[in-house]
Amino acid sequence: MTTQAEHRMPPATLPADADLLPSAEPIRFLDDDGGPAPGDAHGRYERPAPELLRRAYAAMVLGRRFDAQATALTKQGRLAVYPSSRGQEACQIGAVLALREADWLFPTYRDTMALAARGIDAADALTLLRGSWHCGYDPMATRTAPQCTPLATHAPHAVGVAYAARRRGEDTVALVLIGDGGTSEGDFHEALNFAAVFHAPVVFLVQNNGYAISVPLSRQTAAPSLAHKGAGYGVRGERVDGNDPLAVLAVLTEAVESARAGGGPVLVEAHTYRIEPHTNADDDARYRDHDEVETWKRRDPIARLEAYLRSQGELTDDDVSAAREAAEAYAADVRARLGEEPSGDPADLFAHVYAAPTPQLREQAGWLAEELAR
Amino acid sequence: MTLSIGKALNAALRDAMREDDTVLMFGEDVGALGGVFRVTDGLAAEFGDRCFDTPLAEAGIVGMAVGMAMNGFRPVVEMQFDAFAYPAFEQIASHVAKMRNRTRGAVNLPMVIRVPYAGGIGGVEHHSDSSEAYYAHTPGLKVVTPATVADAYSLLREAIADPDPVVFMEAKKLYWAKDEVSLPVTTAPFGTAEVRREGTDATLVAYGPAVPVALEAAAAAAEDGRSLEVVDLRTLVPFDDSAVAESVRKTGRCVVVAEATGFAGVSAEIAARVQERCFHSLWAPVLRVTGWDVPYPPPVLEKYHLPGVDRVLDTVDRLQWDDVPDPRFLVPEQAT
Ligand SMILES: Cc1ncc(C[n+]2csc(CCOP(=O)(O)OP(=O)(O)O)c2C)c(N)n1
Ligand SMILES: [Mg+2]
Repeated sequence: MTTQAEHRMPPATLPADADLLPSAEPIRFLDDDGGPAPGDAHGRYERPAPELLRRAYAAMVLGRRFDAQATALTKQGRLAVYPSSRGQEACQIGAVLALREADWLFPTYRDTMALAARGIDAADALTLLRGSWHCGYDPMATRTAPQCTPLATHAPHAVGVAYAARRRGEDTVALVLIGDGGTSEGDFHEALNFAAVFHAPVVFLVQNNGYAISVPLSRQTAAPSLAHKGAGYGVRGERVDGNDPLAVLAVLTEAVESARAGGGPVLVEAHTYRIEPHTNADDDARYRDHDEVETWKRRDPIARLEAYLRSQGELTDDDVSAAREAAEAYAADVRARLGEEPSGDPADLFAHVYAAPTPQLREQAGWLAEELAR
Repeated sequence: MTLSIGKALNAALRDAMREDDTVLMFGEDVGALGGVFRVTDGLAAEFGDRCFDTPLAEAGIVGMAVGMAMNGFRPVVEMQFDAFAYPAFEQIASHVAKMRNRTRGAVNLPMVIRVPYAGGIGGVEHHSDSSEAYYAHTPGLKVVTPATVADAYSLLREAIADPDPVVFMEAKKLYWAKDEVSLPVTTAPFGTAEVRREGTDATLVAYGPAVPVALEAAAAAAEDGRSLEVVDLRTLVPFDDSAVAESVRKTGRCVVVAEATGFAGVSAEIAARVQERCFHSLWAPVLRVTGWDVPYPPPVLEKYHLPGVDRVLDTVDRLQWDDVPDPRFLVPEQAT
């Protein structure tokens, strides 16, 4: 029995068994210095066009400056806390650039750079981390879910949004960002399974930065890679050098377009590293060596992309200065706008718990108002 | 026509799905089987894949419903049994309940989580929990529990139409309770308690599976010349403070009857609210008849656990009719 809804859905194609497992080594187009790397043996991925890479470069420079500014704001008490994603720029920007405006992004607390790249106002994007009770932006208008803190719990939401679109015959894709630690949570697995069973156009991007706060990847999994986790669910897995912007863009673009075309969900594991501690409140000397951080600094995604684009004659000194100036201006604006004390109207406590406040909430709002009037 | 609560719920789902094709029904065994309690019987046949089975994973079911509610659908999901909704609790508490607030109203989640709950059906372990307090304690959720056939239909229609997420608690032992009703029927809206039986001497406040027990107790008390009023809450959130207080102010005495364990339960909340609002009208402390504070017992012990008519009547007897203090709560010196 087929129904109307099924007729509207684009035809589903299942991944071949051989395609379920990721490539033996992470896909990379650039070596650690931005020189050419072997690329992709299967020839599945296309080297991104220079114009896209130039955009990625500017967005990554801006993202890093924004990130540094946000960390600085914690020291001045303007942000309650900030989890830096310095070093993960290729993943954050690549994820956004692989999507269309009508696609959905499901970010975590660490993905503030991605919000900025999505065009969300910087002050809005920092609302939650300023200590407010709401996410700051309109998820419906920006097609960007609120940043999620309970690990992996947003993954099934991405499946629902994508499956809803597919049922209506729309070609919307949802991309969900998850950390390596988050892959141990049940919701990650349930989301992969549901996405596969309902053939939902979802791309799961795991930013494997090696740690979940202090706990290394070896304590999260004994699997050969996180990308292998797709196979058991019938989800195609792939792994990529997460500090190689070319490879990240190539792999994510392929994954997003494959999902859009009815190829089902894709799981991408990006190998990356967070250069800063977990948040400004973390002491990373307790669990990792300084040398390790230095090693990863030498695989810097911005430096690699810059070297590559320069070698191709696609980036001039003027372009680099322009990107840096734009980033400085952006940071100055963020500084200025987060300078004021955040305000909180006590009435807001009650305003959005339900579509219309219950009698009990109306009563309590009145009591609070009386208390404040004294 | 004569209809059971189970069939009335089925009719509500069918009518909602006929009227609005964004209404979807999904969960475990809700498709071809029609649900283990047959509440979704025939929906897959009529609506095809608008009523569908999912993988067996409750967090995934509720989490996917969140995403679908964000993107244009009105999902109704079935948790197979009370205790099997616990895997979904994180989704419910952290997302379903909070999404509107954390997006300042930008994201609505018009979804219904149906939970067959409570005991009295001889269920084995993990099949008889009264889990309503977990949900009622979580701001952002509406919690509804019908006790009549007309309410089963009307409250479920209202839940599906509501812009807020609703945890819809269906007392299992009432699925087969029948009444005369003509559908479609519209009863009082959410937040309205109903006086099911008028009385003058004391008020029994009940909800869900305890409502028929309270009514039976009131009928028995009448034979002994005591007139008990029975208030059916219908919705725990929003709570109808005014109807409950109005009744207790009139009668001056109150017993809360609930099947769930009493400690930190909805019954405790009701008792607190009644004494806050009705202290000067009360002739006796507000008493409660609830399940004991034990894990829900196996079928052989169920009858000792469930609040029954006798326990309700005994409790009514302790409402200080002749100014005699309740012997159960005397301080030791008074007792000797
Ligand atoms: C369900 C849940 N458990 C614990 C936490 C506390 N917590 C916040 S971030 C974090 C580490 C997450 O690591 P990972 O998924 O690798 O993401 P990363 O922070 O590295 O980006 C933990 C344990 C949480 N937010 N949610
Ligand atoms: Mg991590």
